[in-house]
Amino acid sequence: MKLLSTVAALSMLVAAGTAQAADPNLARNLAATCANCHGTNGRAVPGAGIDELAGMEKSKALQKLADFKSGAKPASIMHQIAKGYTDEQLDLIAGYFAAQK
Amino acid sequence: MMLMKRRDFLKIGAAAGAMASLYGCAGGGKASGHVVVVGGGYGGATIAKYLRMWSEGGVQVTLIERNPTFISCPISNLVIGGTKTMEDITVSYDGLKNKWGVRIIQDDVVAVDAAKRSISLAKGGAMTYGRLVLSPGVDFMWDQIPGLNNAEAQAKILHAWKAGPQTVALRKQLEAMKDGGTYAIAIPKAPYRCPPGPYERACLVADYFKKNKAKSKVVILDANEDVMSKKGLFMKAWADLYKDIVEYRPNSEVKDVDVKTNTAVLEFDKFRADVLNVIPPHRAGDIAAKSGLKLINNRWVDVNWLSMESTSTPGVHVLGDAVFPAPTMPKSGHMANQHGKLAAAAILNMLSGMEPSQTPVVMNTCYSFVDAKNAIHVTSVHQYDPATKVVQPVKGAGGVSAARNEIEGKVALGWAKNIWADMLA
Repeated sequence: MKLLSTVAALSMLVAAGTAQAADPNLARNLAATCANCHGTNGRAVPGAGIDELAGMEKSKALQKLADFKSGAKPASIMHQIAKGYTDEQLDLIAGYFAAQK
Repeated sequence: MMLMKRRDFLKIGAAAGAMASLYGCAGGGKASGHVVVVGGGYGGATIAKYLRMWSEGGVQVTLIERNPTFISCPISNLVIGGTKTMEDITVSYDGLKNKWGVRIIQDDVVAVDAAKRSISLAKGGAMTYGRLVLSPGVDFMWDQIPGLNNAEAQAKILHAWKAGPQTVALRKQLEAMKDGGTYAIAIPKAPYRCPPGPYERACLVADYFKKNKAKSKVVILDANEDVMSKKGLFMKAWADLYKDIVEYRPNSEVKDVDVKTNTAVLEFDKFRADVLNVIPPHRAGDIAAKSGLKLINNRWVDVNWLSMESTSTPGVHVLGDAVFPAPTMPKSGHMANQHGKLAAAAILNMLSGMEPSQTPVVMNTCYSFVDAKNAIHVTSVHQYDPATKVVQPVKGAGGVSAARNEIEGKVALGWAKNIWADMLA
């Protein structure tokens, strides 16, 4: 019974839309690691000079992050940080910020 | 594989059905309970806010902090260098109280009774908790420098390693020092709070001397065998900008001081300075070090990296500088903030009957100024490794600046604004 319910719970999580989601709040938790510099939920302090991520289109954010990772986009620090996250994690992060309106 | 009880499964099912939550994500059952947070610095303030925000007000949070306002250690070296003021690094706790509904008590916690899930306050009274978070920072091991083991000595030979009155006092000593004098900063053996901080301070004092007291010197007495952080960048700054001002002395551990003559006593040598700034060795803050939690090296709290919970004492989570660090993990404000979020997510899961996430990630970014305008950084990303049960640095990620630059100087100040808001607004 325990195994059955675990399997059922896991498949429900998958059905909820996040294939990788071992934890239902994984995207939220990962995005929170960006908030120190980019603001809580991606809402940066106005005038602080750091990019606002809230509401950024997911495909645009993913392209930027891919370019940071590959070195195609010059950066002072993001090229080093982007490499620390898997592509699946970056996908969750970009999706989370895109949903912040 | 997740271990789940049937009732947890039911909770998850219910939550997945109600997906239109405020943050647009599938949450667990709504958490409730009372979390007491001790210490309102980078770790404690962050977890207080995030517990309230992520539980949508479901979890009651009490923050116990001894100071009336938050004063930041990061950026405080610019106050010592004379280009920022205390006002610039001070932030009110009103945002936590008024916007997030955190109950704030200005007091000290003097004892933890983990069996009864209760704490005692210095001003009297006790308080019970569902979960306790200790984020006390560090306290100093004064017995390691016997001459400094009294209040009078500590008022003369400053550490200024906790931002506040000591920051102001050190600035005043530097202002009062005659041109041609010597400022010496003593660095304890690693691990200590803020690895690049002492070298940044040496740069900013040197920058002040260069512009105002050009005959003066800065001597770095480092107990370590080498520069502990951003070595190439700091060495280059000393060579390029402060050639005749900064002198770096490795393997120079201060064992004692002669307070009357302002002299540092090394193993085989002595060094007299006009302004002597000794950072003593430190350990986990008192309340964490003396509450029966398992310590490593008798100094730092051993934690479970999935939850920041003490490995010895259920229900007690510890954040920030007080923790025995994971490999290459610095004791920094940025990292304490990340600990706060990791623990907030874990506690909310636990309070709603779920396991903590099995894949936590934390990252660090730390800017240091080498003069009033130019900064350098170090960054790292740490992912949980189930084999070692520790958040391990990701190979190939992270690194330091290519060279000092003014853009990072501006970003460093923007970082401060954003992280202070992330904790307190």
